[in-house]
Amino acid sequence: MSAIAFPAPDPKILDKRDQIIAGLAALVPPECLVVSEDERRAFETDALTAYRRLPLAVVLPRSTEETSNVMAYLHKQGVKVVPRGAGTSLSGGAIPQEDAVVIGVSKMSKILDVDYADRIARVQAGVTNLGISDAVAADGFFYAPDPSSQLACTIAGNIGMNSGGAHCLKYGVTTNNVLGVKMVLVDGTIVEIGGDWLDAAGYDFLGLITGSEGQLGVITEATVRLLRQAEGARPVLFGFETPESAAACVSDIIGHGIIPVAIEFMDKIAIEICEAFAHAGYPLDAGALLIVEVEGSDEEMETQLKKIVAIAQKNGVKTVRESQSAMEAARIWKGRKSAFGATGRVADYICMDGTVPTSQLCHVLDETYKIVERYGLRVANVFHAGDGNMHPLIMYNVNDPAEQEKAEKAGEDVLKLCVDVGGCLTGEHGVGIEKRDLMPRQFSAADLAQQMRVRAAFDDQWLLNPAKVFPLEGRAA
Amino acid sequence: MTHQPATESDFCAIVADARAKKTPLAIEGGGTRAGLGRPTQTAETLSTRGLNGVVFYEPAEMVICARAGTPLADIEALLVERKQILPFEPPDHRRLYGSSGAPTIGAVAACNLSGARRISAGAARDSLIGVRFVNGAGEAIKSGGRVMKNVTGLDLVKLSAGAHGTLGVLTEVTFKLLPTPETSATLVIKGLDDARAVEALAQALGSPFEVSGAAHLPPGAGGAEARTLLRIENFEASVAYRIAELRKLVGGDVTLDDSASRALWRDVGECAFFAAPDARAVWRVSTAPSRAPDLVRLVQRNGAVAHFYDWGGGLVWLAVDAAGDAREKDVRAAVATCGGHATLVRAPDEVRARVDVFQPLAAPLMKLTRDVKASFDPDGVLNPGRMYAGV
Ligand SMILES: Cc1cc2nc3c(=O)[nH]c(=O)nc-3n(C[C@H](O)[C@H](O)[C@H](O)COP(=O)(O)OP(=O)(O)OC[C@H]3O[C@@H](n4cnc5c(N)ncnc54)[C@H](O)[C@@H]3O)c2cc1C
Repeated sequence: MSAIAFPAPDPKILDKRDQIIAGLAALVPPECLVVSEDERRAFETDALTAYRRLPLAVVLPRSTEETSNVMAYLHKQGVKVVPRGAGTSLSGGAIPQEDAVVIGVSKMSKILDVDYADRIARVQAGVTNLGISDAVAADGFFYAPDPSSQLACTIAGNIGMNSGGAHCLKYGVTTNNVLGVKMVLVDGTIVEIGGDWLDAAGYDFLGLITGSEGQLGVITEATVRLLRQAEGARPVLFGFETPESAAACVSDIIGHGIIPVAIEFMDKIAIEICEAFAHAGYPLDAGALLIVEVEGSDEEMETQLKKIVAIAQKNGVKTVRESQSAMEAARIWKGRKSAFGATGRVADYICMDGTVPTSQLCHVLDETYKIVERYGLRVANVFHAGDGNMHPLIMYNVNDPAEQEKAEKAGEDVLKLCVDVGGCLTGEHGVGIEKRDLMPRQFSAADLAQQMRVRAAFDDQWLLNPAKVFPLEGRAA
Repeated sequence: MTHQPATESDFCAIVADARAKKTPLAIEGGGTRAGLGRPTQTAETLSTRGLNGVVFYEPAEMVICARAGTPLADIEALLVERKQILPFEPPDHRRLYGSSGAPTIGAVAACNLSGARRISAGAARDSLIGVRFVNGAGEAIKSGGRVMKNVTGLDLVKLSAGAHGTLGVLTEVTFKLLPTPETSATLVIKGLDDARAVEALAQALGSPFEVSGAAHLPPGAGGAEARTLLRIENFEASVAYRIAELRKLVGGDVTLDDSASRALWRDVGECAFFAAPDARAVWRVSTAPSRAPDLVRLVQRNGAVAHFYDWGGGLVWLAVDAAGDAREKDVRAAVATCGGHATLVRAPDEVRARVDVFQPLAAPLMKLTRDVKASFDPDGVLNPGRMYAGV
């Protein structure tokens, strides 16, 4: 039934599974090696739960050196490797295959060093995104990229996917906030790229690795930038009659030279779903809402908000709710941050992630409704409007194969549209297996071949997370 | 011989031809930074100057796309009209090199050139969201696009930034923009020594006031007295408020208004304190700010050094006697102790032919560098040896 193909497992590897496991057992203690079928189940999928494959085995190394030993061994054996953080990928980036060993970073989760003078943290790759911010919050600092999954997802996965978040409009995504990594190459070689200074030497391998979806090596350590928290932050909630007026307001705010920290968009269905779940006090009569957050001193925020509210009024805003307290601010955000979870309680969904030029937001939103309706399904839209990164959540029933296929087809149509209006297939969730076969829509054969040659410079036998990102057909040898 | 084609397809043909003839090409934009990098031995030059003009500019989306040979000045003139800027404050190094000509937008990308605002708005590579380039096989390749967030496929945009034309000839670059800050001001603290200055910069950068320029000019760098600079760019009321808060935090003697502030930061970005005809060799070192004063001290132990700091201390500019190895051994040893990397950005050709201009890489990274170069430019046609011998 699955629409997305996996490469056929290599029988030679499957046949020598016992031998491979014995080899791994000689390198790591039993608590770092997952062999039984029951326990391997926990690693068979990620947040793209419609697809799953049991890995050959799972190794959870405790250090860079241990990772290196394991990688060197697997390389000699010709065994494929799927690096894994917390397994929250929405594109199937961390889904294993039967002839691959998963290398997970969950036992490397220490914060190694925090330096406020240089404003950096050096962490093991398995530390969670929120774990970093939590460790420095009391001192007034934070790590900027804030994916909604930040409680669970790891810095390794963030680097793997070049993850973003609601506050990226101002602070950038992962690639703008990572200064260094320690990484184990496919043959076990340990490399250090960058450090605790700005701009690494030589070719920008840091930039290349960020967003490479586990195809270039296994990251074991990272040095990230810390930023000082703003004096204060205040979200305001705007309810609009139509998505068009909300989108026009977004363009208008930016057109006035104001870059808020965040501009989040929710459509009517998303409002209903989130309100029922979070009781955030969202206006149920609105056709769309925006959450706009500003930062600074009280006075600065007031001045900025005054300007923004005036712009919203010019664009026909119906409801304006300014937060008067930290509690109210938290409530405004609560609905947005729980959007995926709340939708998951109503239905199964696939989350699209195309980015479009902001001038195309309305058009793409409109067309998205039409596309999804054509397939007889429902869609909720919550997204980062300031940077045009859309997240239509297409709802379906995972136990109905026909409906799953419809949902995937609808998603495909939406993504093609994003590319056709000048955007891209994925803004922050990655290609994974999900969008792999759509890559030729965005890239020419020569573009893809160039990317694949770069990939091969790191991994000439395609052993690292090989089922992802590039269409299975036509791969460069 | 210099080729100056006007279309991407002509670029493809010329590169393919050069590959067939095994004639390496020097890639040139405005030629204002011909003195950057290792001297290359190429019989032919491929200039991007014929590829001129803005492809599109969408102020409402804060994005601009231009052909690689477009003069930076043309782009900036266009942006001024709509009150927007290239976030990373690209520096103009004509004064440093004593060169003429017009710096091009393509070279800004290819050299990943960022000015003082690097610390708050990111480097050139952070604002670069899309490229088109011609690889060493003469194929036109694109990566990235025109949207702010894009993780589709491997990020060859980042790889192109700072590759100095050794991986591909950039033909088109797309940058994201920011609104021009309403105004700016710079707080000047006088008389601090290096260590105390870098501490003050760190304190200010660790404050919530969004410092967008943090430099320290020791005596001799543009004045007799040491000056520690902290810039705020924002709405008028915020600038006043934040400068006042910074003053409470770290002290401060004078506040420069918008125009004085702009002039001084231009000098910092353009490295005016070492401007030609000053013939000393100039090193640019990236390191952790807290270790920067130590790094300078280590180099000073073996001979005279003029220096100043940008990026909160994390960017150190050193001017040394250009004779011999231009103090390469001292600089590399100091970098080995303190961490970071050093580039010899100005020195006579024969010195740059002799010493490593870019930071030597650890063996596994050097191997990756060669393999990646080969994946773009299998026969070494594009700017061969400009960064590393054989690359
Ligand atoms: C409810 C929900 C909300 C989300 N919200 C956001 C959001 O707001 N913004 C956003 O960008 N994403 C979001 N995501 C997607 C996901 O959380 C991110 O992609 C996240 O970075 C994945 O981290 P992870 O630790 O779970 O990595 P995994 O899912 O385990 O892996 C992600 C990718 O990284 C690779 N990888 C993992 N570890 C390593 C390593 N050590 N070395 C090299 N490669 C490695 C994997 O092979 C895989 O390709 C959301 C997901 C969910 C389920």
